[in-house]
Order: sequence, then structure tokens, then C-alpha cells
Amino acid sequence: MSATVRIPTILRSYTDGKAEVGVEGATLQEVIADLDANFPGIGQRILDETGKLRRFVNVYVNDDDVRFAEGLATAVGDGAGVSIIPAVAGGC
Amino acid sequence: MATATPVEPSTVDLGPAASLSCRECGTKFPLGPSFACLECFGPLEIAYDYAGYDAEELRKRIESGPASIWRYAPLLPVPADVASKPNLNPGWTPLVKADNLGRELGFTAQLHVKDDSGNPTHSFKDRVVACAIEAARAFDFTTLSCSSTGNLAGAVGAAAARAGFKSCVFIPHDLEQGKIVMAGVYGGELVGIEGNYDDVNRFCSELIGDPAGEGWGFVNVNLRPYYGEGSKTLAYEICEQLGWRLPEQIVIPIASGSQLTKIDKGLQELIKLGLVEDRPYKIFGAQAAGCSPVATAFKDGRDVIRPVKPDTIAKSLAIGNPADGPYVLDIARRTGGAVEDVTDAEVVAAIRLLARTEGIFAETAGGVTIGVLKKLVENGLLDPAKETVAINTGDGLKTLDAVADAGLTATIRPTLESFRAAGLA
Repeated sequence: MSATVRIPTILRSYTDGKAEVGVEGATLQEVIADLDANFPGIGQRILDETGKLRRFVNVYVNDDDVRFAEGLATAVGDGAGVSIIPAVAGGC
Repeated sequence: MATATPVEPSTVDLGPAASLSCRECGTKFPLGPSFACLECFGPLEIAYDYAGYDAEELRKRIESGPASIWRYAPLLPVPADVASKPNLNPGWTPLVKADNLGRELGFTAQLHVKDDSGNPTHSFKDRVVACAIEAARAFDFTTLSCSSTGNLAGAVGAAAARAGFKSCVFIPHDLEQGKIVMAGVYGGELVGIEGNYDDVNRFCSELIGDPAGEGWGFVNVNLRPYYGEGSKTLAYEICEQLGWRLPEQIVIPIASGSQLTKIDKGLQELIKLGLVEDRPYKIFGAQAAGCSPVATAFKDGRDVIRPVKPDTIAKSLAIGNPADGPYVLDIARRTGGAVEDVTDAEVVAAIRLLARTEGIFAETAGGVTIGVLKKLVENGLLDPAKETVAINTGDGLKTLDAVADAGLTATIRPTLESFRAAGLA
């Protein structure tokens, strides 16, 4: 399965400035592992020491916040778009 | 850009602001249009250099300052001459002694309503935008933008018009008519997004990393550390209006939780600077039951906020994934406060209660706050024998639909007979 990951500005130092990269993986966990294999170090910015999504990271598979789905076990279909976004934006 | 091209501290004049500091891991960064920590994604906050402030001199300087938030310029990330620049100059809104409401709710101590509906665009958002505008000037942005539940869009549009910026703001397409008109009248671009606020926010976060958003200052994204500081002025004003005293209890509405968090920061600063005597205070958060992820986490004793899909008439508080929610939990627990929620019916009843008792017409967010105040007294979590401040953040004219059944109590012919016949004499 291949998907496209949108990289936030904050992590583009790992991707040579690329805003979008192609990855392989059937779940979000696998997608992040493949991303880290291609861009070493990026995984630990997204996941904490225990392997969970960091508190201030939001991840969307297509239009869905993975916290409403299965978290890291969320299925990533062929051709899906994955967005990684700092969570601290917005609000009053 | 989320963290790109930080500006060296020496090149910008933002008064006492010294650097950006990660609230989670403490890493410091130069002042710049950055909002998330490069190390851990945590939120960046302003770190100040308040060294050299003498409490008595500072108090006098504030008291002789303008009747706006700029009286607190020495405590904000703004240049010293901020009051001379084109800005909406919000703040210094009334702290109303709410004796009638207090009596009705069973208060034996003084109850106050901090009525922020009197700001230039009729919500507290003018405070935060005024600070963001100064950062936008410092970082040479030409277009102001934001994701908004309505009030912020209006505040940005108006401030951009006054200060000479272009504006392009984003809102959920189905907001109340009053808020859409209020945001659209100032002449900037107003874009409705097919989705809820969290969808709008996500869109803006992606736009900011795209060339299409280059040169844009998003007040609550890449200018968020500066923007958020504007909410501290609510804390400063409340304490100054109480005669430089901390209130014992404060009730604050929660959308993202930023306002509540910054009010606590403001109170802590006043204590550290010696402007108020240190004594315990309790902070209470207010949400609508149809969007209560923070209240739910508080009641369940959890540290993690589970996002929700909002469904409430309190649209200005309808943020299902509140960025500062975890900090709200920390503050409510640290101070001995609580986070509570009320139904839409209770919100409407509270709008009417505040209007009937104090002559203050609050928007739905104010209804949430007053509704929660009432509930907290009833369930014993808030002590009516302690001095309390509740914050009304916006004007009821923006959410007329909520109380649309209010109106004429009679229609008569222009004759005394008709007046008497209607039972009005």
C-alpha cells in the first residue's frame, strides 16, 4: 500500500524541505515506521519514548483525525493522504 | 511558516519579550513567527525580561496609562510606543458589581461580571488581536488571517482595516448571521469552509506551510504566542479594578482553553511582580454540554482530552479538539477549581438570567459561563461566600437566534383603551 504524507514545516528539515513524500504501509504505525526508515529521526519527533503519538501532534488519515479512529492502528488505504499537524494552533 | 526564519531578538522591538520558550520541554527559540517547538511540538510561549521592575513604580505607570490594554504594555510583547500606532485599542472594560445576579444565585460575597462585550468588535478577541497585530508589524507580514468560530474573524477584519493590513479569514460556513456580517463588513476576504471549526483550523495549519500562505500572519497559528498574551490583560484589569487584589474565584469559558490558561499566567505574573498579594484563588472552566471534552476529562479524572464533534448553540466555544485543554485541567486541579458544562437550554436560561438581573446581554458563550456559575453554586463546587468574577466574553447581538423568542410582550393600537385592555395599566 502506498500513501502520501504531508510534512509540516517544522519537520521538513528531515525531508530536504519536501512538503509531501510517498510512503508504504497499511496502518499509520507502518507508515510512520517507513517514513522514519527513509528520513531517519523523524519518527521520534512524532512519537514519544513509549511509541505513542506525542501529546501535541494531530494526525489525519484523509479527513479523519486518527484519535477518532484507531490511533496508530488506523488503516491507511492505497492512495490515502496522511497529514501531520502541530496541535497547538487555533482557538480562543 | 510554523518555525521558519526566526528573527533575531535584536531585530524586533517587542518590548519586554525576550524569547520564545516551549511550555513542555523549556527549549528556547529567538522571537519569530513560530508556534510549535522544534523538539517536541509543544506550544511556544513568550518569555519576558521583567528584571528591574519596581512594583510601586510599575503600579503608578500602569495607573497613569491609557484606558485600554496598553496601560499594561510593560507586561506585553509590544513596543513601548504601542499606544501611538493604529490599533483598535481594546480593553479596560467594566467590572460590573452583579448584586442582583448574586442575590438570585445565593451569593453572600461580592459577585462581579467582567463584561468584555464592550470591546470595539464586541468580544474579548480584540485583546488578543491587538497583540498579534504588533507582532505582525514586527515580522513584516502584510496579510492577517485566522481560523475562527466567528468573533475572531470580526476582530481580525476590523483590526486589519484600522492598521492597514490585508485580511483573509476562515470560518465554518454555517455560523450565526450576526457573526458573518460582523466579520464581512470590514472589507477583507471572508471564506466559509464546509466543515466545523476543527476542520477550519486544520486547513489553516496546512495553508501556513504552503506557498499560498507565504507572508501571512495567522493570528492564532504562527502568531499564537503573541496573540495569546492579550488574554492576560483580563487578569490584569480584574485585579486592578478590584484595587490590586486577586479575586477568590473566577469562572472562564473554554473553547481552546487559551484564555483561561493566559488569565492564570497573568495572575501569576502579578503575584511575582508584587502588584498583588499572594493568596489562593480558584479557576473554574465553563463548557457547553454539546462540546465538553475538557469538562469530561476533568470529571473522569483523566489528563488526556478525547476530541469530540461539537453540537451546541455556543458556536464560539465549539472547538472539539482544544489545543490548551491539558493545561486547563492542570490549572483547575492546581487551584482547586473545576470544569463544568451546561446544556443548551441552560445556556439560553442563563443569557436571560444575566439580562434580566444585570442588564447585560451576553452571547451564547456568556450564557455558558453564567449557566456554569449557577450550576457550580448548586453543586457546591463554587463557594458563594467568596468573591467571584465571571467573564462575559461577547455581545448577545451576535447570537440573536438563541433568544429569538424574546420580543414584543404585547401589540396594541395607539390608544389608552387598547393599553388598558392588554392589562398593562
